[in-house]
Amino acid sequence: MIKIEGLKKKFGKIEVLKDISLEIGNSSVVAVMGPNGSGKTTLLKCILGLAKANEGNIYVKDCKINGNSAYKKHIGYMPQYSCFPDNLKVKEVIEMIKDIRGNNIVYDTELIEKLNIAEMYNKQIGQLSGGMKQRLSCAAAFLFNTEIIILDEPTAGLDPLSSEIVKTKILEDKQNGKLIIITSHIVSEVEVIADRIIYMLDGKIYFDEIKEKLYRLTGKENLNKAIAHKMTSGETRGAEQ
Amino acid sequence: MNKVIFIIALIALINSVNLSKEITVNPGESIKNAVSLADNGDRIIIKEGTYNESGILIDKNIELIGENYPVIDGLFNGDIIIIQSDSVTVKGFSIHNSGNRGLKDYAALRIENSACCNIISNKLNNNYFGIFLSNSSYCNVLQNEASSNAVTESSSGNGIHLWKCTNINVKNNTISGHRDGIYIEFSVNCQAESNSSFKNIRYGLHFMFSNNNVYENNVFSNNGAGVAVMYTKNVRMINNRFENNKGPNSYGLLLKEITDSYIERNTFSYNTVGIYCEGGTRLLIANNNLTGNGYALKILGNCTDDTIKANNFFANTFDVTTNSTFNNNLFTQNYWDKYNGYDLNKDGKGDVPFRPVSLFSKIVEETPESVFLLRSFVAELLDMAERVVPVFTPESLMDNEPEMKAINNELYTQYN
Amino acid sequence: MNTALKIFKYVLYDVLRSKMIIIYTLLLLIISFGIIFIGKDVTKAVLSLLNIVLLVVPLVSIIFGTIHFYSSREFMEMLLAMPVKRKNIFWAEYAGLSLALAAGFSVGTGLPLLIYGGISGAFQLIVSGVMLTFIFTALAFLSSVKNKDKARGIGLSLVIWFYLSVIFDALVLLLYYLFSSYPLEKATIIISGLNPVDLARMLILLQLDVSALMGYTGATLQKFFGSDYGMVFSVILLLFWAIVPTVLSLRIFNRKDF
Repeated sequence: MIKIEGLKKKFGKIEVLKDISLEIGNSSVVAVMGPNGSGKTTLLKCILGLAKANEGNIYVKDCKINGNSAYKKHIGYMPQYSCFPDNLKVKEVIEMIKDIRGNNIVYDTELIEKLNIAEMYNKQIGQLSGGMKQRLSCAAAFLFNTEIIILDEPTAGLDPLSSEIVKTKILEDKQNGKLIIITSHIVSEVEVIADRIIYMLDGKIYFDEIKEKLYRLTGKENLNKAIAHKMTSGETRGAEQ
Repeated sequence: MNKVIFIIALIALINSVNLSKEITVNPGESIKNAVSLADNGDRIIIKEGTYNESGILIDKNIELIGENYPVIDGLFNGDIIIIQSDSVTVKGFSIHNSGNRGLKDYAALRIENSACCNIISNKLNNNYFGIFLSNSSYCNVLQNEASSNAVTESSSGNGIHLWKCTNINVKNNTISGHRDGIYIEFSVNCQAESNSSFKNIRYGLHFMFSNNNVYENNVFSNNGAGVAVMYTKNVRMINNRFENNKGPNSYGLLLKEITDSYIERNTFSYNTVGIYCEGGTRLLIANNNLTGNGYALKILGNCTDDTIKANNFFANTFDVTTNSTFNNNLFTQNYWDKYNGYDLNKDGKGDVPFRPVSLFSKIVEETPESVFLLRSFVAELLDMAERVVPVFTPESLMDNEPEMKAINNELYTQYN
Repeated sequence: MNTALKIFKYVLYDVLRSKMIIIYTLLLLIISFGIIFIGKDVTKAVLSLLNIVLLVVPLVSIIFGTIHFYSSREFMEMLLAMPVKRKNIFWAEYAGLSLALAAGFSVGTGLPLLIYGGISGAFQLIVSGVMLTFIFTALAFLSSVKNKDKARGIGLSLVIWFYLSVIFDALVLLLYYLFSSYPLEKATIIISGLNPVDLARMLILLQLDVSALMGYTGATLQKFFGSDYGMVFSVILLLFWAIVPTVLSLRIFNRKDF
């Protein structure tokens, strides 16, 4: 569904993405992991067209994303820090994004209901707490029933209950054939839902494995340990060279 | 016998009345002819119609009366009516098209070396000069309308022109489209009252070397260069209005070498320069309203002992400018709308002096292009600084008793 | 409906409801009403308002514009992740913000003038104020898209405002002083085109100080700017001043990484 070839991105002189290539199919939850500054968010932004690649190509549904914006109708996005205009009411924000997305859409209002968005319908964004904004943003990402859903640190500001609701929703959607991409640096969070781990370090893909395979390879039953093992073995490998 | 004497006396009486006869001129007949038939004291009635005549010489004291404004068309041949006798009255004519070529100053009505003449209610149109009085005295020029279509100064004449006259009364006339509306030279003890002089290409009123004259209640508006008075003593200019005289060399009132004169209760509004004073000595400029002028008062360094008192300076771009760093005149008790001072002792006078000369006006004086920066923040900043510490503007040019409220100069107007 | 228009509608809602624009409008209303109805003379009202239009309107427009741009960054990111063209987002933001500011100014200053009515120069004052709003919002966007860092962006905006409001005129004055022996009338007309604040000021001055402007060589300015040709020239230049920074910002915005 998404194919990336030789993606390079610089901010000024700093190389943030160094030659990234990967391919992601549908019906999966892909976790992009890595420490802060490793290039996770930039990678997502490149896919979303928020940042423009210096080199390389990105294809979404076999379509090269070259400055056009039409492909984005297949993507639902929840940014790391959601921010709607402070003086709009929640219902206006929902109206607005419906307006922008167009009419020929079967809305997926499940999260709007489950995350109790309705109770804040008449509040202005400025009056919402961080958690409430995050819920709204999350609901908005799923609202349009898109084939691809990209969530940047989705559970960071969510309360445990909402967090669980979202996780359930993610798994459900995966069953329905969707592709969900999540970034996170909290391992325990993605452990349950992700079935593929892309670990980034210093602008490169450090490893890219199916979760089950990763467990098998490292002989660990816990993602945290598996990653740790992978990292230390990587370092030894580096030292050997 | 008594009866006979009575009848003789009666006939004598009738005869004595009939001594001054009345001559009627109808269209098609000649006015000149009628004048030549007339004797001293006669009255000539000209009926409504058009008379193509010029050079009508009146050398006896007769009355020339037009009925319903008969038109005398000079067809551009020299003077139209020339008066060379005392006590002549010319009343109620439309006089058109005096000569306008050649070196001579042709006029619709010329009064030469005469006294006690009356020029009343004539409509003068498209003449070179309108009414030209020279070397005459005790004449009345009343209720005339003189309009022309002057284009250039050199090819046009004045509306009412006084030269070497005394005791002339110019009142209630309307003059437009001439070179100067009213021109007075070497004339004394004259008065110009309640005239309206507008849209003349040079000055609305222009006088030189004419002492002891009075100008009252006149309106001078939209003239090319306003009003100019020069080289004169003892002038009283009272309750006149000087309006809308705009242009690079336009003034409401231009004063040059004027001494011992009064400029009181006049209104100067929307002129490029309200009053321009060069070489004015012992002038009293008081109770005038100066409103909306580019420069309300330009007073040059050679003006001395003038008093500028109780005037209202209102909505002018610049209130006072001068080319000197010294001040030999007294500014007192004026109202300045730009004054921001306070009056703690409540005597109606501001407690801190007002300096009406702004630094920026000085800058504009030196580099006129900088008028471009007028009312910019930088210009206001410069003015503010200069007001606190005067360096470039005359330190003593200030009003020590600025009025807190506008002075009601209108009161005077009502009585006049 | 065009996507830009759809977004514009909501940006406009948002800005019109923001505290800052409400305060801006109310302050202008209070000041204008005060000057017109309580001040000692109405003829000077436009004159007093002139300083507000020339100093406050640009300052508020450029600072509020810059702050708004930075605080809308995440919102724009969110919009960018939707099937919306970048230029549509940009135009919606620019139009929403500048029209809201222009509306605030028009209500705050125009309404009292309209209620009082018949004050000479009022129309030019409003036109100039609205034009300056568009121009300085455009400059705010330019400064914002140029700087990723908010503090630097606001700093640059302040510098732009200070330059156009104060420094430029001071330099012009210095120029006049240095070249006072040369005829500078034509140069002045060119100089005026280099600063929108000066252009706006000329438009209003032609109504207020025509007597002074007609004196001396000032007549050149009066003749030029007072003629229909000059009026059209100044308005076109003002539009130019709004369009050029906007188009430049849009070009940068199109290539920008969020």
